[in-house]
Amino acid sequence: MDIFIYGTINSAALALMALGFALVYGISRIPNFAHGALYVITGFVTWICLRSFHLNYFLSILLAMIITGVIGALIYQFILIRVRGMSISEIIASYAIGLAILEGFRWGGFKGMTYTLPAFADGTIMIEGIPVDMQRLFVVIIGAAVVAFLWAFTHFTRLGLALRGMAQDERAALMLGIDSDRMAVVAMALGAMLSGLAAIVLLPLGNIVVEKGYDVLIQAIAVCIVGGLGSWMGAVLAAFIIGFAQIFTVVYLGAHFQMVVALLAIILTLIIRPSGLFGRQKELEERV
Amino acid sequence: MEQRRKERLDRGIKVRSDGLYALMSWRELSYLTLPRLVLIIGMLMLPFLMPNSYWQRVISIVCLYALLALSFDFLAHFLGLVSLGGAFFIGVGGYLSAIMNTSLGLPPFMAIPLATLLGAGICTLFLLPCLPLRGVYFAIVTLMYPLALARVIEAMDLFGGTDGVLGVDSFPNPWVEQYFVIAMVFLFMFGTRRLVNTDLGLVLRAVKDNDQAVKASGMSITYYKAIAVFIASAMGCLSGACLVHIYMWAGISLFALDFSILPIAATVIGGGGTLVGPVLGCFILVPISELLREFGTLRIVFYSLVLMAFIVFRSEGIMVYGERKYHQFERWVKV
Amino acid sequence: MKNDQAILRIDHITKAFGGILALNSVSFDVRKGEILGIIGPNGSGKTTIVNCITGFIKMTSGKVFFHGRDISGKPAHKIADMGITRTFQIMRPYYSLPAYKNLVIPLFSPRAKRTGGWRGGGQLGDRNTVGIDILEEIGFERDSYVPYKAASTLPTGYLKRLELARCLALKPEIILCDEVFSGLSMSEIASMVPLIERLQMDGITVIMIEHRLRELFRVANRVMVMNFGEKLTEGTPDEVMADEKVKEAYFGSEEVEEVMTYA
Repeated sequence: MDIFIYGTINSAALALMALGFALVYGISRIPNFAHGALYVITGFVTWICLRSFHLNYFLSILLAMIITGVIGALIYQFILIRVRGMSISEIIASYAIGLAILEGFRWGGFKGMTYTLPAFADGTIMIEGIPVDMQRLFVVIIGAAVVAFLWAFTHFTRLGLALRGMAQDERAALMLGIDSDRMAVVAMALGAMLSGLAAIVLLPLGNIVVEKGYDVLIQAIAVCIVGGLGSWMGAVLAAFIIGFAQIFTVVYLGAHFQMVVALLAIILTLIIRPSGLFGRQKELEERV
Repeated sequence: MEQRRKERLDRGIKVRSDGLYALMSWRELSYLTLPRLVLIIGMLMLPFLMPNSYWQRVISIVCLYALLALSFDFLAHFLGLVSLGGAFFIGVGGYLSAIMNTSLGLPPFMAIPLATLLGAGICTLFLLPCLPLRGVYFAIVTLMYPLALARVIEAMDLFGGTDGVLGVDSFPNPWVEQYFVIAMVFLFMFGTRRLVNTDLGLVLRAVKDNDQAVKASGMSITYYKAIAVFIASAMGCLSGACLVHIYMWAGISLFALDFSILPIAATVIGGGGTLVGPVLGCFILVPISELLREFGTLRIVFYSLVLMAFIVFRSEGIMVYGERKYHQFERWVKV
Repeated sequence: MKNDQAILRIDHITKAFGGILALNSVSFDVRKGEILGIIGPNGSGKTTIVNCITGFIKMTSGKVFFHGRDISGKPAHKIADMGITRTFQIMRPYYSLPAYKNLVIPLFSPRAKRTGGWRGGGQLGDRNTVGIDILEEIGFERDSYVPYKAASTLPTGYLKRLELARCLALKPEIILCDEVFSGLSMSEIASMVPLIERLQMDGITVIMIEHRLRELFRVANRVMVMNFGEKLTEGTPDEVMADEKVKEAYFGSEEVEEVMTYA
């Protein structure tokens, strides 16, 4: 039973981490290797707002998410847009952005145990005799809320429909009067805000450290590949597969193997079914 | 208002067209060979020119990074595979050579080639699953391997765990060390340059351009990609093996990010797709990075920013720019 | 028609893309040395057949026999290595290379090394020379600069020939031509037709997917008609043109009416 509960929590956490990456890749086909960096930025900004400016907790959260979204949009508008379509440059540029931000934080002394965010709500509740603290419960609730929000957003709002149109066929969307660059900026900002949201929900469970950035990036990528690059419903499902697999390895092998689980999941997916569970890139799978 | 435009005259076209003309005059012969000679003699002179043993050591490190950068350039611009994990090659080659040296007692000059070949084999095997696919998969997998391997070594306490493998033999003396790595850079620089112009090299470039047509021609793209990845990872493993014998130590820091990002930065700055640019890029970046040593990880920020600036504003790199200036006269003419 | 005559036997192949059946249990035989035309309206599954036979996509079910051997499910390069080659509807030369260097790549393949190229007698000479020889046979003027021009600067007619040349470099037994006539002018087609007939004289079996019915009916020995992923009918060009079902499938298509009156 505790495997089930912690598996669900871990899966929801993975889904939160991965959705931002999946969204950006799905819409603009740019692998955002700066995803982990945006995650850490949000934690950092929230911490500054709380500790240095003594702002209200929810106000600082809001501020941090907006700032992260703006940073994401700026990254796209001023750097990635210039290398759009050159796949080698896209990968290198987003990787370099991510490294610059993360290693900049590391140089700035962002390590150790000093930087923590307070939880939304303290206390634990008992589910079927197993203690679960409130914050972990929030992870699941917010994870579900985000999935529901994304679904509603992409099905019922003009902006969401435009984004979906662009994800399906960028040229056709252009012909229908959807400005693909502006949509990609929106997608990037949205992806950044999602990674920020993940940070705000998940960081109170630990410290804000630079390594988290790499961890989040790698787990997000693993989830996205298993689910099929660009498909966020696949990402949610894959989050559950990897989430439970990780809890099983933690229980039976040890906590150090979480990263190895992610890597193995990627390798196995590439061997068995390269397009992932719900990949839209069918041609991958059909390559014999 | 009179308008002017830049006119470009190619002075090299006659010499370069088929090489035959070049033999007809000393002037044209030197036009072709001088840049190469300057590079070769310059690199051979370097160990003498360095003021002290610290900077001589830097030359060795430059050469090792140059090997890595060549491997990145070869994979990225002739095969279309972006490797974000040079550290993976370094780590595999380094640990193998260190273990062969300390456990089996092999001298460095046997351990290094063995580690190179064996390491290249292991790396190719590890990367095999993503070779049939196009796109971003290779980048993702190479990004993950060094991070994951470092964690595994730490967690399972393999090969000395966090302490690493101690007591690795060094090269007999610093001169041997430096001329060995310089010779290796020459070997692989001119070797890969020649390789990409052979028929096999054409096939590799075809795999990058148009893998469907290559398959329709009855060739397995996975096989040719595996060959190229083997060559590239051999360069990386060689570099790692030499590094271990220079520092006389192998540890988790072999999987450090510097080994992944600096070669990429050097390639982009030096000029991708030229297979000389990366070496030049290393000669610019590595000494700067040595000067910045006290700033710690800020160096990585520095490489990343330089890399970004070049990729956005000057993606051709120094080498391509220089080649153009060397081969062409430019002048302003009235329109 | 007896099975042992058939060089290629397609046995009930089905291909589903998601829920849509692109091919529904299609079977036909290809006889050695013939020119088989496959026609049908857009989206009737013609290119999917080529992709399935040559292994570029996995079929959902069904089998393909080549010389009586089951080749279904084999990877594309293995099938090409056995001698079943294809051209692409969207031409894909190696744009940055000169035309003759485009042929160096297929000539590097194991099959070309065994067979020595189109006219080669099991011995492969210098790849550049062999490449230019093949280009000359297929209509590139040897002494002009055309074979040396970058593929990106060649006109469509030459690119279509280049696609064929890339197949011929392997000395194939079967060539599947995916719309070689489309996008060509009448005079270019007129010069292409004898080329296809020459392939047949060389003993190469040709399967042609076409939209240009008139030209196809002139060269093809047999024609198969597809509609909505199913085989409608097959027979000689005359039989097919007389068929009521075909008229129905093409109802309203001017070209068919034109062909019908021409016949």
